[in-house]
Amino acid sequence: MTAAPNPASATGRAKSLRPRARLAVAAGRFVAWASRVVQFGTGSVIGGRVSLLIDRNLLSELTASRDVVIVSATNGKTTTTKLLSSALGTSRPIVSNWLGANMTPGIVAALASANATDTAVLEVDERWVDSVLRATNANTVVLLNLSRDQLDRTQEVRKLAEQWRIALETTPPRTVVANADDPLVTWAALAAPNVVWVGTGQEWTADAAGCPACSGRIDFTDAGWACTACALRRPSVDVTLANGAIAINGRTMSGELALPGRVNRVNAAFALAAASAMGTDLDQAFDGLDDVREIAGRYRVAQFCDTRIRLLLAKNPAGWHEALELLEGPSTPLIIAINARIADGHDPSWLWDVAYERMGQRFVVAIGERRHDLAVRFRYGNINHIVADDLESAIKLVRQSPAYDPTMPIDVASNYTAFQDHLERVGGVL
Amino acid sequence: MTSLPATRLNDSAVRIVSLYPDLLGTYGDGGNALVLSRRLEWRGIAVEHITVDAGEPVPDSADLYLVGGGEDGPQVQATRELEQSRGLHRAVDNGAVVLAICAGMQILGHRFPDANGTSRPGLGLLDCETIRVDRPRAVGELLTTSAQLTTPEGIIELGQLTGFENHAGRTIPGSRSQTLSAVEVGEGNGDGTEGVITGKIVGTYLHGPALARNP
Repeated sequence: MTAAPNPASATGRAKSLRPRARLAVAAGRFVAWASRVVQFGTGSVIGGRVSLLIDRNLLSELTASRDVVIVSATNGKTTTTKLLSSALGTSRPIVSNWLGANMTPGIVAALASANATDTAVLEVDERWVDSVLRATNANTVVLLNLSRDQLDRTQEVRKLAEQWRIALETTPPRTVVANADDPLVTWAALAAPNVVWVGTGQEWTADAAGCPACSGRIDFTDAGWACTACALRRPSVDVTLANGAIAINGRTMSGELALPGRVNRVNAAFALAAASAMGTDLDQAFDGLDDVREIAGRYRVAQFCDTRIRLLLAKNPAGWHEALELLEGPSTPLIIAINARIADGHDPSWLWDVAYERMGQRFVVAIGERRHDLAVRFRYGNINHIVADDLESAIKLVRQSPAYDPTMPIDVASNYTAFQDHLERVGGVL
Repeated sequence: MTSLPATRLNDSAVRIVSLYPDLLGTYGDGGNALVLSRRLEWRGIAVEHITVDAGEPVPDSADLYLVGGGEDGPQVQATRELEQSRGLHRAVDNGAVVLAICAGMQILGHRFPDANGTSRPGLGLLDCETIRVDRPRAVGELLTTSAQLTTPEGIIELGQLTGFENHAGRTIPGSRSQTLSAVEVGEGNGDGTEGVITGKIVGTYLHGPALARNP
């Protein structure tokens, strides 16, 4: 049974707010509680929506007396938000929208239950950076990357870069931490007065060949990138990643991290750069990074159908590019699940932008609502595969395969809503 | 996938060129090259697939050219480079087949709108013109009625075509072109027709990729 919200503590936390904002917070908390009681969901988004109906400016009020840092990107924003929260959390109290609700209602819901002065570490949807920045006057903004994702909703990646650029011009934060290897992010961040440039060597460049500043062509070399027609080029960087070690402020941070893969080293470099820019001691911040073991169920190893499975998330071509680093090594069978609901993008044609061939001869079971689209992609890619109706039958098929290794968890790589489904199935709590 | 200079093209194989996938490849259209290559291989026909990135010379002696969809900015750059190179123009004069998707179709026409909505000259290879219209972007599933292709060798029945469309422009086919089909669900060219065909150049708004969804 979910505990009813305590009105006394709600008003206590929100006592610096105006009466209208207090009412908005209390109503939102009540609706969220009711939503949980009827098992509709976590209630955070609907609660936030109700709060905003009562007080449109609630986000401004909830952030008036706290430090705010915004993290946005196509990929890695949830992970980097968690890493940054952990790094900053070593030196100050923080609040974050960990439930993954990354638009204004979800952010309002997360902040409503926190102390008024806790530092807010906010994951923000790419399309909401402008409005959240304006409402919160965030003093630090972390911008990781922009690439094709849900094109039925965002349409053109360059338009997002332009929105970011205008947002940073209109509401300049004290510091922007930005990816110098992503021309779209760089162009947006150049509008800000003070940028910490992070250069981690971005491998996915397929969305950035056209210059966002002049429509010319960007030339990529091992040394960096530059537009062949205008002055836009890779800025000289302040933070780098080489052989897994993060070089920052004259130091080299090379300890172990609990999260696997190169991509998480990249996310860690951004989190460390932001924590340092916000005044946290580097050693302390780095220790904080290692405390993060999984992100909202990603990389979780769970028991399901008497079998150990490992849940992986990859939701667009750039994300798959990174995920395939983990998937191209082993020879054991795996499961891939693809849906095409609103949050995934309704059009799965991006499957053809993913080099699934990198998995070599691994046997793959295709599941999810768009398993047949995936199977067509695999057929033309000469990938050894079969289609199954659900996770249970997929596991059964993997276990029957001669290449199955019972000592290893079966990798289940899914896009967004398929991942959420699986997490729920294995009893995962966010 | 190989990248070879024009002089080393294999004589006996069917030569397929993917044009500027770095500028015009946002939408899975690269899959069309994979589908064609595999289907030729399955029939025992040798195939050579060449990827030509922007800034590289465009070979003029291949059999088939694939041009994909892209964003407004990069499509302007692709047009500029193709206009300078003239490789695609020479290939079309030599009788090559071209399949151009979405932005690819728009730039092959006489005129198309850039990111600011300003009309720019296209390559003039496909007899059509694309204009910016004041209405919501066309995004969603696209289904056509049964498509027929009239060729010098006779009529080819293609059946119904499906795909996913995502574009702002409206394309007006010219008098020297035929359309690919009529729209049953979706927007297509914007006047109830879908696609433009001029000679051996086929343009369409069907992503999917088109050849994967319509084998």
